[in-house]
Amino acid sequence: MNLQEIVKELELTCLTQPQDLSVVVPTSGYASDLLSCVMAGAKKDGLWITLQAHLNIIAVAALLELSAIIVTENAPVEQPVIDKANDQGVILLATPLPTYAVVGKLWEMGLHGV
Amino acid sequence: MTTDQELYGRRGRIVTDQDAKDITRVEELAYDLKIQDVMTRDVSTVSPEMPMRNVLDMLRKRRISGAPVLDNENLVGIISMEDLVRAMSMNDLNAPVAKYMTTNLITVFGFDSLIKALEKLIQVNVGRLPVLDENNKLVGMITKGDITRGILIAIQKDYQEEEVRRYRASHLFEDIKSDRTTLVMRYHIKKGDFINGGNASSNIKRALVRLGASPQIARRCGIAIYEAEMNLIIHTNNGGRIKVEIEPQKITMLVTDDGPGIENIENAMKPGYSTATNTVREMGFGAGMGLFNIKRIVDNMELTSAPGLGTRLWMSIIMEDDESLREADSSTDIQGETTQ
Repeated sequence: MNLQEIVKELELTCLTQPQDLSVVVPTSGYASDLLSCVMAGAKKDGLWITLQAHLNIIAVAALLELSAIIVTENAPVEQPVIDKANDQGVILLATPLPTYAVVGKLWEMGLHGV
Repeated sequence: MTTDQELYGRRGRIVTDQDAKDITRVEELAYDLKIQDVMTRDVSTVSPEMPMRNVLDMLRKRRISGAPVLDNENLVGIISMEDLVRAMSMNDLNAPVAKYMTTNLITVFGFDSLIKALEKLIQVNVGRLPVLDENNKLVGMITKGDITRGILIAIQKDYQEEEVRRYRASHLFEDIKSDRTTLVMRYHIKKGDFINGGNASSNIKRALVRLGASPQIARRCGIAIYEAEMNLIIHTNNGGRIKVEIEPQKITMLVTDDGPGIENIENAMKPGYSTATNTVREMGFGAGMGLFNIKRIVDNMELTSAPGLGTRLWMSIIMEDDESLREADSSTDIQGETTQ
């Protein structure tokens, strides 16, 4: 399952510059708002679902080479965060859904890697 | 067509791995490159009085499919193979160019981005566009072929620059002979500087990749430094310093600050123990996992601290023989292809 299909199914908004999301294939998922837990637990090419929307999430995602960040509950993402994401090649997605619902849907779609 | 020298002279572009995979790089170049960077400058022109027969000869000899028509250096039209076919079908090859040329001109400026030329070429579905300077004088012609060639050369140049950088860096430890060569990188981290939090770690990670470190080693260092970097930002009085020493088989990281120091190191090492403020916790820090993560990810770690004086965190990661930076990675070995 690629990121394009996930974006379509979950009706996510892509905040970063347009690119071909069908070539991005997340292999696992991780949900947490604690950055150090993400540092310890999230895997390369994984999807990260979080309520955090400040600059440091980009550094974490770039260091871990995550496939994308899904920011939940429409947490406000400011322009410098989006700029840094574009700069570092991090894909930022947003949704009004809460983290629990996003994780549930991803699991239903078959993203079971943890 | 611009010479390679002119295009290769364009500086300041660095392609990251992400870019390389990304098609938008071409789009970026379409905005970045100017029409005058890729257009054909050596243009054959005709006059309005020239007989169509002579145009036929010229197009044939020069193997081109059209030419701009100049009247006293002013662009007045364009003549193409299609116009010639019309003249031939009327058996009218002695007629002057003026009778058959297209006067409804679509032109571009040399200082415009390539994307302008692309848009117009696609919009009107013509093969070539005359290129004018700021005084509306003809300075060249541009075709889809010129654009493709220009973009390919620019991309190739991007790659070569990055490859040369990688090649140089990955051979650093082989090229410099000494009993013990180390590369030292130093960073000053400011207290409370969340905006730049993670910059030192990502710079160190990038440097390690360039030096030929395996992705796993670069990632482990990146994570260890990130946690240490955030600790300096969150917990210190005045920020602190990070010193990373890279040797072919060992990476040593030293993180120091001048206070406030850790009251109880045993507690600080426990997963989940944190002294972070509520504000910092709301940002997602202060999970109490930082030092625990570091301990898990590095090969050796020593933490000493004196309340009121400061904290010293020493970490090292050992690279096995097959991960050593001294061994050139064959994938970045482009010897023979690069001439300086």
